[in-house]
Amino acid sequence: MSSELTQRTRKALTSALASVIAIVLALIVGGIVMRLAGNNAIDAYRALFNGAFEDKRAIGETTVYSAPLILGGLAFAIASRAGMFNIGIEGQLVMGGFASALLGAWDLGLPSALYLPLCLIAAAVAGGIWGLIPGILRAKTGAHEVISTIMLNYIAFRIITYLVQKQSSWLPVDPERQATNRIVDAAKLPRLLDGTRMHAGIIVAIAAAVILWIVLYKTTFGFRVRTVGLSQGAASYGGIKWGATIMIAMAISGALAGLAGAGEALGLNYRHTTVPPGYGYTAIAVGLVGQNNPLGVILSGFLFGILSAGAPNMQSEAGVSKEIISVLQGLIILAIAAVAVFDHLPALRRRAASAAGTKPRTDSAAA
Amino acid sequence: MPQISPATPAITSPETASRPLAVEMIDIVKRFPGVVANDGITLQVYQGEIHALLGENGAGKSTLMNILFGLHHPDEGEIRINGSPVHFAGPRAAVEAGLGMVHQHFMLIPRFTVTENVILGTEGASVMLDRDAAAKRVAEIANAYGLNVDPLARVADIPVGLQQRVEILRALYQGSRILILDEPTALLTPQEVEDLYGILQRLRDGGTTVIFITHKLREIAAISDRVTVIRRGKTIGTVNTAESTGDQLAEMMVGREVQLRVERPPAHPGETIVELQNVVVTGGHGQKTLDVASLNLRRGEILGVCGVEGNGQTELIEVLSGLRTPESGEVRVKGTNISGGDATAFREAGVSYIPEDRHNRGLVLDFPLWENVLLGNTQRGSFARNGFVRQGRIRALTRSLMARFDVRAPSDTTPARSLSGGNQQKLIIARELERDPDVLLAIQPTRGLDVGAIEFVHRQIVEARDQHKAVLVLSFDLDEVMDLSDRIAVLYQGQIVGVFDGDKVSRTELGLFMGGRSRDEQRTDTTHA
Repeated sequence: MSSELTQRTRKALTSALASVIAIVLALIVGGIVMRLAGNNAIDAYRALFNGAFEDKRAIGETTVYSAPLILGGLAFAIASRAGMFNIGIEGQLVMGGFASALLGAWDLGLPSALYLPLCLIAAAVAGGIWGLIPGILRAKTGAHEVISTIMLNYIAFRIITYLVQKQSSWLPVDPERQATNRIVDAAKLPRLLDGTRMHAGIIVAIAAAVILWIVLYKTTFGFRVRTVGLSQGAASYGGIKWGATIMIAMAISGALAGLAGAGEALGLNYRHTTVPPGYGYTAIAVGLVGQNNPLGVILSGFLFGILSAGAPNMQSEAGVSKEIISVLQGLIILAIAAVAVFDHLPALRRRAASAAGTKPRTDSAAA
Repeated sequence: MPQISPATPAITSPETASRPLAVEMIDIVKRFPGVVANDGITLQVYQGEIHALLGENGAGKSTLMNILFGLHHPDEGEIRINGSPVHFAGPRAAVEAGLGMVHQHFMLIPRFTVTENVILGTEGASVMLDRDAAAKRVAEIANAYGLNVDPLARVADIPVGLQQRVEILRALYQGSRILILDEPTALLTPQEVEDLYGILQRLRDGGTTVIFITHKLREIAAISDRVTVIRRGKTIGTVNTAESTGDQLAEMMVGREVQLRVERPPAHPGETIVELQNVVVTGGHGQKTLDVASLNLRRGEILGVCGVEGNGQTELIEVLSGLRTPESGEVRVKGTNISGGDATAFREAGVSYIPEDRHNRGLVLDFPLWENVLLGNTQRGSFARNGFVRQGRIRALTRSLMARFDVRAPSDTTPARSLSGGNQQKLIIARELERDPDVLLAIQPTRGLDVGAIEFVHRQIVEARDQHKAVLVLSFDLDEVMDLSDRIAVLYQGQIVGVFDGDKVSRTELGLFMGGRSRDEQRTDTTHA
């Protein structure tokens, strides 16, 4: 009865393959675009690769970009598993970053072993609340999360801008810099490698991915989330409360996004600035390429991290505008969607055949 | 299902041997990706006969008829209409050759009148519609065959049985001499079915050839002259209805001997375990969609619930399974009122529920079988501990349930989606009975299953009763309700309009109550009593 590979592993491998095919397709099409623009695609990709891996510093940069992308991708993945489309990751991310930086700049005089976790918790709570709000709105009033999360993004940006601009505020903010004050050393995420910017945010990200994987696939809560996401009818039949489940899933989603923001504030900039990081939108792509599987998200987070870290080198070394990276990201998403269609093609064909069998089109029947 | 006795005297088998053939389909092959839907089917239909096409779900009946009507093109084979070979490019060509088809799901525009729907597609090249002339012509045809439809009524306002007549009218209006009906009785009340039989007989007597698709044996006995049986895309044979028995036909259809009648020894009802009192559910417009004064379920007894679809069945089941809280009234299980509890509360009170919709309720199709066994059981210690799923145990349990309930699947990690309907249903039944419930709700338990699986499901239901559980069976298949039930309750417009002894009540009597026709008589009876 037991097969060598369980169906789930097999399915995960198939979807991984789909992602790889999509990425290769996107790189080919991206290469064609570069060729048409008169650049040498091979040189460009080599420069991109070097920019991400050629030395210690480059590898450090890759992790710096990957950490928030993995956490953001996880945020997208847990929401998606519950059937929610969270495009408010950017807003949840800045709320988390802002909260952690405020707390870190306050100088509570705590040792790092206490202070840092406290700041991370603050980020998770702030981001979590920002994710919970659209969850509540959806569960209680039916307001669609796609609308409410976009709106909450703007509200988050403006609240933070408003708060940091306030002169002589009781908050530790710096209106000149449009940012919070610099955080104290005890609140910093430690740097991992001398001479690089690699910080412990990448460890937080990978640990979060592993924990989320266990939660999703080994716990009853994860079972409830996945049931709700796949079939509301089966969920209510199984006694699973849809509203409560999506609210919790959205809170977790927001908390993960908040942690991504904390990584930027506590590990990289040592303050929260009002410059939008933009990771929240790329995170959607990271989640999709990772097939909303936490372990897949680690890989796809690194992939997008490599693209971002290598882009400056591609521009300086191969003379290809780094904007092409955005084109590549877009192409990858497009290719993922296209490959998914191929994946479902046999099922679609079957459905078409049976639809033709049982319900021919009205006009032809009336003809 | 009842034994099929020779056709009733009123329907005599016409002398067919000397008649010309209306339809000949010879060695038809049709392949779809991954399946051969028709694998060399031959069908010969005489002019002016009622010919039944019998087969299980997926046997290839609808495909064959869609080929005949020009909706599909055969990969191989030959079609002749009235002796001459035809190659239909599409349905329009089929209609021109004198064919008409009534689909299972009607192709009517609800906002249009009967006449407008009938003339749709044949309104002609002229810009102006001559509605009056058209209505007159429609009325003429309707009268000729006893179709009794008001040509000016809006389709949205007339019942399903009449809508079907509009479909038939349209085919006749278009000049069809060969009429194909795809499972025409699926949505009708028993009375509407009788009316349809009458119409088909009049059509046949007027020279129209009728082909109808069915998997119900009793329909064949009641109406057809000859029957062609199809199994797995192949013709098994054609027989004269009058010379065949239900057992023979069933065996031809399934490929082995089947138990058509449910073995149901006499019931030994015990104490009442579920009681509904004054349960009211209100619909979106404030009307009462369910209004049950009193309904009891007893241990060791199967209570059947019948009624025409849309008469409160959904609401009744949702109330009984905890999916819906009634506006008022009590649902007592073992003496405790748990109305207002959710599905978990009802499960914990001992109510198991085989839902009507396997795909959207009973299963998560993308989950492996073992996770589907976990559905509804997450609260139980043997399934989860400290919030962690006990995967090893559940998988072992799943494998043993698969063996016990004959769920055929490669492994316990196979996604539920890839199982056949029968195996999916067996998995649900296995999961629901594993809990050893006191009450089993079986809602349309055999919908879409083939005869072999139906036999298995029915046996499980009777076994559950014999294990002293209270069983409720709700089905739109009146034969199923009558075969299984010790008592039968009829739902009409949300009310229980009658409860009968399952072994004494007649089909006709139930049919009358289902149509609401004797509700008033019943009221007067009770006031006099």
